[in-house]
Amino acid sequence: MTNALAFAALADPTRREVFERLARGPRAVGDLAQGLPVSRPAVSQHLKVLKAAGLVTDRAEGARRVYQIDPQGLGQIRAWLDRFWDQALDAFKAEVERDEGEPTS
Amino acid sequence: MSQTIQPAAIRKSLTVKASPEKAFAVFTDGFDRWWPRSHTIDKSPLKRAVIEPRQGGRWYGLNEDGVESPWGEVLAWEPPVRLLLAWRINGKFTYDPAVLTEVEVRFTPEGDGLTRVDFEHRHLERLGEGGEKARAAMGGPGGWGGILERFKTAVEA
Repeated sequence: MTNALAFAALADPTRREVFERLARGPRAVGDLAQGLPVSRPAVSQHLKVLKAAGLVTDRAEGARRVYQIDPQGLGQIRAWLDRFWDQALDAFKAEVERDEGEPTS
Repeated sequence: MSQTIQPAAIRKSLTVKASPEKAFAVFTDGFDRWWPRSHTIDKSPLKRAVIEPRQGGRWYGLNEDGVESPWGEVLAWEPPVRLLLAWRINGKFTYDPAVLTEVEVRFTPEGDGLTRVDFEHRHLERLGEGGEKARAAMGGPGGWGGILERFKTAVEA
């Protein structure tokens, strides 16, 4: 599930920090790791998770690998809306059937 | 960067134990009774959620601070069969009259007092229009930070 992945990916505080740093602009792994209390391999690992969740993309730039947030963010917005509507429609169903009085099994 | 992303429409189908008339009425007149209070684009808590019952009517949230927050308008009002709403909340989660995505809800009788509700939110690719602006605002409260806050809320809910 894309939603579950995206939510899980952002639940980790260090990973959120990595993601927020990327929100300011594309960065290479080395740049991202600077000032973070974790090793560079750990940052790479976080980036891998963020990528698998569809939150960031990467590209080769010479010998470096540069990471960035999905330029339009549509994947994430769609995932967010999907969850949003699931919750809304669940609530709607509950209200319609509560109103109907006779619960079914 | 120039790649265009075409997200699929969001489609949901559910069956409710009610007539189409009742389902349509609860969805629209009863909107405020079921719309989740968390589903607002503002910081101020949502006091009331409204769908005005006519074509061309608006749908909006009324916040505790008295501010009305528009979401779009009613494009088609066809009780008890179909409701078509304009969703003009852009990718930055702010109201943008230039953005038009559509939310369609269809109510089909299935017999035995049941109604199938087919839901679709389409043209999501239009949420990315004005992407330059969105990128510029990424660091701002309406940008990725705002989205992250919402993710966080969802995670911790």
